[in-house]
Amino acid sequence: MEKLNLQTVDMVNLRINNIPCRAPAGSTILEAAHAAGIAIPTLCYLKGVNEIGACRMCVVEVKGAKSLVTACVYPIAEGMEVFTNTKRVQAARRTNLKLLLSIHDQECLSCPRSGECELQRLCREYGVDNNMAFEGEKNQYEIDASTPHLIRNNSKCILCRRCVATCEKVIRVSAIAVSQRGFKTHVGSSFDVSLGQSACINCGQCIVACPTGAITTVVETDEVWAAIDNPAKHVVIQTAPSVRATLGESFGMPIGSNVEGKMAAALRRLGFDGVYDTDFAADMTIMEEATEFMERLKTGEHLPIITSCCPGWVKYCEEFYPEFLPNLPSCKSPQQIFGALAKTYYAEKHGLDPKDIVCISVMPCTAKKFEHKREDECAAGEGIPDVDIALTTRALDNMIRRAGLLFEQMPDEEFDPALGIASGAGHLFGVTGGVMEATLRTAAETLTGKELADPVFRAVRGTDRGIKEAEYEIGGALVRVCCVSGIRNAS
Amino acid sequence: MLYDENQAAGTVRSLEETDFFHKQTRIVLRNCGVIDPQSIEEYIARDGYAALYKALTDMTPDSVIETILTSGLRGRGGAGFPTGLKWKFASGNRGKVQKYVCCNADEGDPGAFMDRSVLEGDPHSVVEAMAIAAYAIGASKGYVYVRAEYPVAVKHLGIAIQQAKERGLLGRHIFSTDFSFDLEIKLGAGAFVCGEETALMTSIEGKRGEPHPRPPFPAVKGLFESPTILNNVETYANICPIILNGTEWFAAIGSEKSKGTKVFALGGKIKNTGLVEVPMGTTLREKDIGGGIPKGKKFKAAQTGGPSGGCIPASLIDTPIDYDNLISIGTMMGSGGLIVMDEDTCMVDIAKFFLEFTVDESCGKCTPCRVGTKRLLELLNKITEGRGTMEDLERIEELAAFIKENSLCGLGQTAPNPVLSTLRYFRDEYVEHIVNNRCPAGVCKALLTYKIDPAKCKGCTACARACPAGAIIGSVKNPHKIDTEKCVKCGGCMEKCRFDAISRD
Repeated sequence: MEKLNLQTVDMVNLRINNIPCRAPAGSTILEAAHAAGIAIPTLCYLKGVNEIGACRMCVVEVKGAKSLVTACVYPIAEGMEVFTNTKRVQAARRTNLKLLLSIHDQECLSCPRSGECELQRLCREYGVDNNMAFEGEKNQYEIDASTPHLIRNNSKCILCRRCVATCEKVIRVSAIAVSQRGFKTHVGSSFDVSLGQSACINCGQCIVACPTGAITTVVETDEVWAAIDNPAKHVVIQTAPSVRATLGESFGMPIGSNVEGKMAAALRRLGFDGVYDTDFAADMTIMEEATEFMERLKTGEHLPIITSCCPGWVKYCEEFYPEFLPNLPSCKSPQQIFGALAKTYYAEKHGLDPKDIVCISVMPCTAKKFEHKREDECAAGEGIPDVDIALTTRALDNMIRRAGLLFEQMPDEEFDPALGIASGAGHLFGVTGGVMEATLRTAAETLTGKELADPVFRAVRGTDRGIKEAEYEIGGALVRVCCVSGIRNAS
Repeated sequence: MLYDENQAAGTVRSLEETDFFHKQTRIVLRNCGVIDPQSIEEYIARDGYAALYKALTDMTPDSVIETILTSGLRGRGGAGFPTGLKWKFASGNRGKVQKYVCCNADEGDPGAFMDRSVLEGDPHSVVEAMAIAAYAIGASKGYVYVRAEYPVAVKHLGIAIQQAKERGLLGRHIFSTDFSFDLEIKLGAGAFVCGEETALMTSIEGKRGEPHPRPPFPAVKGLFESPTILNNVETYANICPIILNGTEWFAAIGSEKSKGTKVFALGGKIKNTGLVEVPMGTTLREKDIGGGIPKGKKFKAAQTGGPSGGCIPASLIDTPIDYDNLISIGTMMGSGGLIVMDEDTCMVDIAKFFLEFTVDESCGKCTPCRVGTKRLLELLNKITEGRGTMEDLERIEELAAFIKENSLCGLGQTAPNPVLSTLRYFRDEYVEHIVNNRCPAGVCKALLTYKIDPAKCKGCTACARACPAGAIIGSVKNPHKIDTEKCVKCGGCMEKCRFDAISRD
């Protein structure tokens, strides 16, 4: 929308709350109102993903219309007169909230989303509390904790369907859908199997889409605190490349601030015995992957090699395209390589029993919780997982806050050495297309024996396009590469 | 089947002599029961496919639309939207874009079965009319969405489509013209909401049958995102006679704003139940072709429009029944279900019955319908169980108004109608339930108490033997007593008592 040249687009004149405004033809009332500085409350609306007019929170009055209309889907028209905040509109929204509360468990204090819940915020804005909710039957649901990464509690679900639309349209996995009808309608997997038994790839995008506490991330900070407090345990933590670029944001710093130094200091103050950068392990992954790529280039087997350290993508491939599994590289992801090294090489060097080492990771994606729980990820022996607990950036934020550490005031410290030495290649993991670029760089340098001038292989980096293709000559061989961002582009 | 007339005559009389049929004007049902529905020859012998021939060879698509428009035909599916106007909206860009013609045979109102009768008894009339509609708007493909619970209708329609294809009345170059049209049956799983046009099309597309907000209207963006028209079976059954007999003939039948006839499914407390086709504007009193109410009971009200409609009380029995009059008295035509209720009917219970249906049939997409109708039903339950308060009445009215105004589709928007309508005409009954804990019609069990009059009771023990709950105590030849704690209020004792000793209050 922002790139539209307004002179070439038909503009529509309308009045919103008696204020004359103009908006491009085809806009919805919601969009036109927003452009005119008027917010309209929504719950089910997710731009471009879920525009279904189901929750009815965004109802507005349109002069001449026989009933209220939903601003999120109703197109504007020349001369239209819209009223977004009349008594009638407010009353309708309040009744709607009272109805939604009546199917909700209303247990805000124990809810992980409390304070960030869209339903809670709207109830506060519209002066609706739990005493006003309609009384009546509630559906009884079992909590679905069958996946390592999320908890689904349908007693808090308001049936906005944002999760369903995200899974279907953004991820193209459709692990969840709407079942039953009427009052019994609920979100679940086909044939009501648990999410853990479904084709879910653990990407966690439904958690982001959920406006309430119906889908929340599995939080394992208590287990981390317990490990730190246990003198018999040696607790090491690794942070993924991208965490240093996102953690600052949750403490109110500008988006993208590099807080590597403050983060290392904070982790040390939290009581971790070793504070490491996953970058080192990322380098190892790159070396492994580049070596495997060069091998396959020689033998011609299982080409093209489909590089990926994303456990969501690996699960997607297992579920939907098992025929391509041989094309995946056999090496572990950086998180798992770090864990494997910690419980083998590192344990030996420090004279520790691998069973006494607790390996924590801080990762940007919930699929990492699934990955470290896979049965095939135990390098030090059966029952000794490479990584014990994978935290999200948000969980780390919580630990720092609970410990009373004023993050902004942390000094800049370094990661611990040994596993803390990294090249630039590992850093590249943090950017989209970075793994591909790093692998190509490493392969080219190994094949040619020359260090590369910067920048090459940049064509595959960035999120401007979902699918990027390029051709390079490396060591006399023509290599065609394709870089895919977003699971939906993989199909 | 006909309760009174044939019994009184002693012998079977011809249709013309039978009041029930004699008083009807049969346009939609013209061939039902007259021809063999599995024979295209018999249909052709009754002027079948003459209207299609006339339209294709003698009329332009625009003149077909003009004819339907000026005839005044309105959609028989419930809302009464002018059929010609609907066709006109979808008529742009003929030949340039893919368009569809659909038939709504997802008849879901409890007790209504006119669409089923037409499909079972005269399937070709729908096939022919859909081809005419397709010619009018420039569509090449059609779908009949029919519920799988109608196996005979599906079978007869399938045979009709096959026969029409074999004779070149469907397919390519119909009547050697440039017009080609193909027709397919899509089976629905019997969800009431799939009678709503956007939900029906979503279902044909193979998705969960749920409505989506309009605009865009189907005439612009319907089935498979293409311009689509959807008409009901009964609407289509009117098309061929209009093409053949002309607009003036059709417009002469019916009332000022509602032309033609309407088929009603008479049901409930009436002697002759079944389908009747009468001109629009006929009053309920004139529909005495139903033969009156059995057992000499008094007429209390009639429900039109099924779960989306409302009731007509005895005081309005002389209202000419057409689209607009029904709307003005707080009900609607709907698909033509007409349920007669006598003095033994509790109007709160009736409202509850219809609301239970919509609660069950709500698709669950929007909040007002999914949660609102359920909460409304719970409030009604409070009243029929003797727990209601006068504040609940206010709550019911507020919530009903909210659901009407805020629901996504017609199902939710009309779901509160039975409640609002009974409240409008029978508010006293609601109040009686709340204030005096009494159900005047003696229907709401929680409010009933059965008593034995010791003066009348002979101690015959018939009641005690009939009681399934063992709630009647007493010895032979001594007056019996009902233990109200144990009584399940089934009324079995009252039926068995030969001495009129048991009363209900």
